[in-house]
Amino acid sequence: MIRDITIGQYYPGYSAVHKLDTRLKIILTLAYMVSIFLAADFIGYLVIFVSLLIVVKVSGVPARFMLRGLRPVFIIIAFTFVINLFMTDGEVWLRLGPLKITEQGLYTACYMALRIVFLIVGCSLLTFTTKPVKLTDGIESLLKPFVRFGLPAHELAMMMTIALRFIPTLLEETDKIMKAQMARGADFETGSIFRRAKNMIPIFIPLIVGAFRMAGDLAMAMEARCYRGGEGRTKLHVFKWGRRDTGAIIAYAVYLALILAERWFEVQGWVVALF
Amino acid sequence: MADKDIIITIENLCFEYAGDGDPIPALTEVSLEIERGSFTSVIGRNGSGKSTLAKNINALLLPTAGRVVVGGYDTSLEEFVWDIRQMAGMVFQNPDNQLVSAVVEDDVAFGPENLGLPREEIKKRIRDALESVDMYDQRKMAPHLLSGGQKQRIAIAGVAAMKPDIVIFDEPTAMLDPEGRGEVIDIAKKLNAEGITVLLITHFMDETIDGDRIVIVDGGRVRMDGPPREIFRRAEEIRRLGLRLPFPVELARGLGARGLTVPADTDILDSEKLAAAILRAAAGQGEPRSRGEERGDGEHAGGTKGDGSFVPEGAGQMNRPLLSCVVAEHLTHTFNKGLAYETNAVADVSFEIAEGEFVCIIGHTGSGKSTLVQHLNGLLKPTSGKITVGGVDVTAKNASVIEMRKKIGMVFQYPEYQLFDETVYKDIAFGPKNLGLTDEEADVRVKEAMALVDVDFSEYAQRSPFELSGGQKRKVAIAGVVAMRPEVLILDEPTAGLDPRSHEDVLEMVRSIREKTGCTIILVSHNMEDVARLADRVFVMSEGRIVKTGSPADIYADEGFLTGIGLGLPPARTFANRLSERGLALPLNILTMDMLADSIVNCAGTVS
Repeated sequence: MIRDITIGQYYPGYSAVHKLDTRLKIILTLAYMVSIFLAADFIGYLVIFVSLLIVVKVSGVPARFMLRGLRPVFIIIAFTFVINLFMTDGEVWLRLGPLKITEQGLYTACYMALRIVFLIVGCSLLTFTTKPVKLTDGIESLLKPFVRFGLPAHELAMMMTIALRFIPTLLEETDKIMKAQMARGADFETGSIFRRAKNMIPIFIPLIVGAFRMAGDLAMAMEARCYRGGEGRTKLHVFKWGRRDTGAIIAYAVYLALILAERWFEVQGWVVALF
Repeated sequence: MADKDIIITIENLCFEYAGDGDPIPALTEVSLEIERGSFTSVIGRNGSGKSTLAKNINALLLPTAGRVVVGGYDTSLEEFVWDIRQMAGMVFQNPDNQLVSAVVEDDVAFGPENLGLPREEIKKRIRDALESVDMYDQRKMAPHLLSGGQKQRIAIAGVAAMKPDIVIFDEPTAMLDPEGRGEVIDIAKKLNAEGITVLLITHFMDETIDGDRIVIVDGGRVRMDGPPREIFRRAEEIRRLGLRLPFPVELARGLGARGLTVPADTDILDSEKLAAAILRAAAGQGEPRSRGEERGDGEHAGGTKGDGSFVPEGAGQMNRPLLSCVVAEHLTHTFNKGLAYETNAVADVSFEIAEGEFVCIIGHTGSGKSTLVQHLNGLLKPTSGKITVGGVDVTAKNASVIEMRKKIGMVFQYPEYQLFDETVYKDIAFGPKNLGLTDEEADVRVKEAMALVDVDFSEYAQRSPFELSGGQKRKVAIAGVVAMRPEVLILDEPTAGLDPRSHEDVLEMVRSIREKTGCTIILVSHNMEDVARLADRVFVMSEGRIVKTGSPADIYADEGFLTGIGLGLPPARTFANRLSERGLALPLNILTMDMLADSIVNCAGTVS
């Protein structure tokens, strides 16, 4: 169950998306997130959807795998959908007892839910196609200009590296502890919220104790391997700008132009008017 | 005598851990000199100070008094810390907690990166190091997908890539299965052959036999120090320190006690030479019988030999009426159903276990043992198939969780990691309370469970479980399950990671729980000797299937079959096979050292 979470995991491959310069990939991901907010309507979303589909296809990450990453945030998506569905004012389209669904509500609900899906799929594409170490290297490199303002870029990057390394281990650990406590008759699924929260104690305490033990062990192991911060450290991976990267920028520019043009010319209005 | 090339000098080393009140001494007046290129094993029980000693060598800990000099650098001088750590690499116990990166090759790069080496050099070193531990093909993989032994090999590569002069192994095999253990020790030997000084901290005696020197630490002091052959002559002392002897030494002693003395000048650590000496000694007392007579005699020797040692312990229980307690029918569990990497963790498994039976499940890591047993109390639901326990269908959708938990207790691997409550008492009461028992009833259960696991109630009940020793923690965790009075008790590797004395304690405890409560026991184990000693019946698993069931004697009779699926034999059986090959007519049901020694003496004595 808990092993199904795929967010933050790397899917090994040799696609063009995998090989992009990480710094560029991070910037493009941010730019992509902005573009989602720039898209004005469903035609804009169609552009996003098709582009995303192409990139996913190129990346070689199975769509199934990508969608599994959505499972843990499904509740958030559903919640957003329902809230928007019932809470938006406007022309009433359907009545269900005290609840009403407006046309605008349905529109906003779909719109918002899709927005979250696009955001998550786009971001997980970054982590799926980028080795965690490269990702942190990329972030470190992008943050370097801020070091002079006191930003601990290397330390932040190292923390992320370790977090990424230990996510699967901690998930396994959680799974194990949950099963062990369930075998002792613990019940995590019934009762009031408070009761359930209280029932989590037998999981949290061993998990935290375990995490501290892990942290202590790891710190010791890192020191034993001469880790002393970022200074004087070689970086194995260096970024080399390639033609592929230039290509990616151009592709993004075209994509952004499409979205902006659609917004500018209000294509959806035309399409709707046509029918 | 020529000048020895000393790489580590330890002089009057004392080390104290800062405690709540008074500092706690971990090492007292330790002095050692380690020669360059040597293979030294440091042995001691858990808490004897051996790991503290190791960490003092590469300046992870600094002496409270005395000094440690590594390759000419005093560890207390701060400016040399990094030189010392580069020179003395360290591999730790827990395979999960020492890898930094989520990609194998990047993890190996971590040390060289810290040293600030040129990029091309780092790449070369990654390649060399990974090739030397035979993990180059896995260089792009994520560590959490590897086996424990593989992770440990990566950790070794990470150290080797720093080109150390010394590698300190701090119980590198304690958490591994026998296969992983062998891999790691082989690599340690290989590094040593390449000229690296190896310091191996362990409590597995068999790993130390081939080394140059053994240092036995107890209570923070060096108790014994010398070459293996000298050390193992002092058997009584070693036993008093709570350690076990390697199998060949035990055997030679066992034979001695039975009046068959192996000549004192025999190199008993070399099993070939020991075998030859035993054959000679046996011949001295009487000609070994010809192989032709072996079969018939073997049958006679089986089962009811009168002196008790030939009967597997607990076999008497088999005379009970055989009520089926656990019945599994065509059980299958598929992981990642529908995905490309769909795997059958358990494939069409059927079995019956009788009430009061002691069943051991053996199999290679990943053979499906753990997945199988998690079905028995409904923690996992099968993809298809059915299990009934005491007549209750635990695979049914509407199966009562509480009923299942009452019937089947499950002790996971490293159960001490599930302890959570303020006191031992409350932690053990957790299960009974979940079953809906009143405080009074739970109180009875806690007392009963603590008695069963042999943890003193008045002394420990009100202590925090987190401040107990490793062995005690494990017993308390097991008590937490026993307190639920299960009809079937499942234990997954209950002795993993324990030192020899705690290992024996836990086995003894399992045996006594069974005797006193009469519950059915299912034990998952990698330790063939334990299985041979305890089981009424053994299930052998391979690739999700039960490929063989039978009494330990039946199972271990077929060496080729077991090695074919990555399993071994109990050391006594292996040795018996070697002797049989040399013409000594030994029965085929030998499982323990005592049985082997008896049979050898018997063989030698009966014929004249």
